[in-house]
Amino acid sequence: MTRLNLADPVTQRRVKAVGVVVLLAVAVWLPTYYVPYRVFQFTTVLVYAIAVLGLGLLTGYNGQISLGHGAFYAVGAYTTAILMEAGLPYVLAIPPAAALTFVLGFGLGIPALRLHGPYLALVTLGVAAVTPPLLKRFSGLTGGSMGLSVTKPAAPEWSGLANDQWLYYLVLVFAVGMFVLARNLVHSRAGRAMIAIRDDELAARTMGIPLARVKTRAFAWSAMYAGVAGGLSTWVIGFLSPDSFAVAVSIQFLAALVVGGLGTIFGPLFGAAFLVFIPNVSQDINDAAPGIAFGALLILAMYVAPGGVAGLLRKGWIRLITATAPRPESRPPADPPSPPPAGTVAPADPSADDGLTVDAEQ
Amino acid sequence: MELFLQQVISGLASGAIYASLAVALVLIYRSTDILNFAQGEMAMFSTYIVWQLLQNGAPYWLAVGITLVASFLAGIAIERVIIRPVEGKPELIVVIVTIGLFILINALAGYIWSFQVRGVPSPWVARNIALGGVRVSVSTLGILAAVALVVGLLFVLFAKTRLGLVLRAAAENPEASRLVGIRVGWMLALGWGLAAAVGALSGILVAPILFLDPNMMLSVLIFAFAAATLGGFESPGGAVLGGLIVGVTENLAATYVDAIGADLKIIVPMLLIVAVLLVRPQGLFGHARIERA
Repeated sequence: MTRLNLADPVTQRRVKAVGVVVLLAVAVWLPTYYVPYRVFQFTTVLVYAIAVLGLGLLTGYNGQISLGHGAFYAVGAYTTAILMEAGLPYVLAIPPAAALTFVLGFGLGIPALRLHGPYLALVTLGVAAVTPPLLKRFSGLTGGSMGLSVTKPAAPEWSGLANDQWLYYLVLVFAVGMFVLARNLVHSRAGRAMIAIRDDELAARTMGIPLARVKTRAFAWSAMYAGVAGGLSTWVIGFLSPDSFAVAVSIQFLAALVVGGLGTIFGPLFGAAFLVFIPNVSQDINDAAPGIAFGALLILAMYVAPGGVAGLLRKGWIRLITATAPRPESRPPADPPSPPPAGTVAPADPSADDGLTVDAEQ
Repeated sequence: MELFLQQVISGLASGAIYASLAVALVLIYRSTDILNFAQGEMAMFSTYIVWQLLQNGAPYWLAVGITLVASFLAGIAIERVIIRPVEGKPELIVVIVTIGLFILINALAGYIWSFQVRGVPSPWVARNIALGGVRVSVSTLGILAAVALVVGLLFVLFAKTRLGLVLRAAAENPEASRLVGIRVGWMLALGWGLAAAVGALSGILVAPILFLDPNMMLSVLIFAFAAATLGGFESPGGAVLGGLIVGVTENLAATYVDAIGADLKIIVPMLLIVAVLLVRPQGLFGHARIERA
């Protein structure tokens, strides 16, 4: 058997394709094995992952900090719930939520053009803070503090699935779609423009990238992701109230993004898993233990692993490539240097590195 | 008219509380260029220390004194241990570290003291004094006096003492300060210490009104950010004035604008922040930053 040559881009792509297939297979298998409560948790991971991925498009790939994505999540959730109340089939209740949050995101993106870094964080924090009282105020529509409850989607007869499994697979379909969309987006012209702006706004402008258009659209896409996730959360939980959309939600999204990996596609999945399972492990110690873990992880990540979990995985991957690469003298002299890995864990573009301080050792 | 004056005066009291937290934000921003999202949580934690000391039977003002000193030391420690490694790093990293600090301190308080809501006794007599037809509560006057005292002391420190001069120099021009032998690192840490102490005051003063729980300071923080934005992030005096303006505006808006009312007060600072940042980003007393590319 020949030795796997990971320095070969084609092999790399194959290895990564296998990785994605395995991941998908595991995702499909999970609900057949675990008890309903676990399945519910996995579904929640997928929902959070979509929201965190959306935040990642904005913060990780475009460099705009948002502490207010909980607001878009809330709008998505309420839109879906209200439409379902009005009798719309649950699947049809998601696209309007997506459209509305897209527009709202675009709207918030306009003042955001004039706010940089911490100031944008500040304004979006304000948006998150006014969300619960606003929801309470429009009680005719939102049910006020009492909240709204909706009937969870039930599994159709033909599927032969239990309700929790059906819900999981529905959300999985959305999640896969949204991840593919995000991956394609960041690898497209628009995505490269987003990354260029993040890395150097002035240089990007000099290159003729229309700053305002790219940044407001990034905001709109990002908000739409949060909105869709919010809508799906309505399906999963079946109940929503203003207090479930407190500022903490927005902060958790950012925490999950950073811990999972800024500027990566799969990082949000790890981050979302952390959000769901860290409380699970640590809540036995104390109610506050998850917060302590998250706060400490966030600070530590900035010191030692600004690329988060996904960044660490990528480092490992690059080390693996270097370790398995054929020795330089055995390589034909005309061989170009091996391009950085493409696909699953790492975006193909080397500039799509998170742009913070991680530098994979060469 | 009487209602109006009453609202203005009680607005000044809450404004003074915002002002003290805003001054803390400004002290840190001036010296280290950081918007400290954890400032409110630091103040909340300090307030818990007061509460704990009171539970253990300490007299009120002694408890406050001990807490202010402890907060000062803790502020220095936070700067040296947690903030120092990321100073000068990209904004995103710095913001995330202060958010991490926010989550960490919030959870630590919950861990130690639980998320249960606690009453904190008010140091002021529950009485009203008539001042030219308007009745003013002693607590309002007390809050105003306490904030005025602390801000006054800070002013004396910064404007009249050698240490204050050194502190300002270190914030203004770190490199030149280092050349003349100022230990800039310690001066920045000292700035954080002072900020922690002034911020703690806001938590201590607001606790009898809002009741103490780990999430108490979030709305105060947003009001304080509005105050600092309005006054200009580089000007402590501006932050004080900004705080008072925000406090009064908030109270009047809640009283006279039906669409806002008591439940939507939080939208006032939010709109103020957006308006100021978009129209006059340097605030009332800040200097416009000229960017040279």
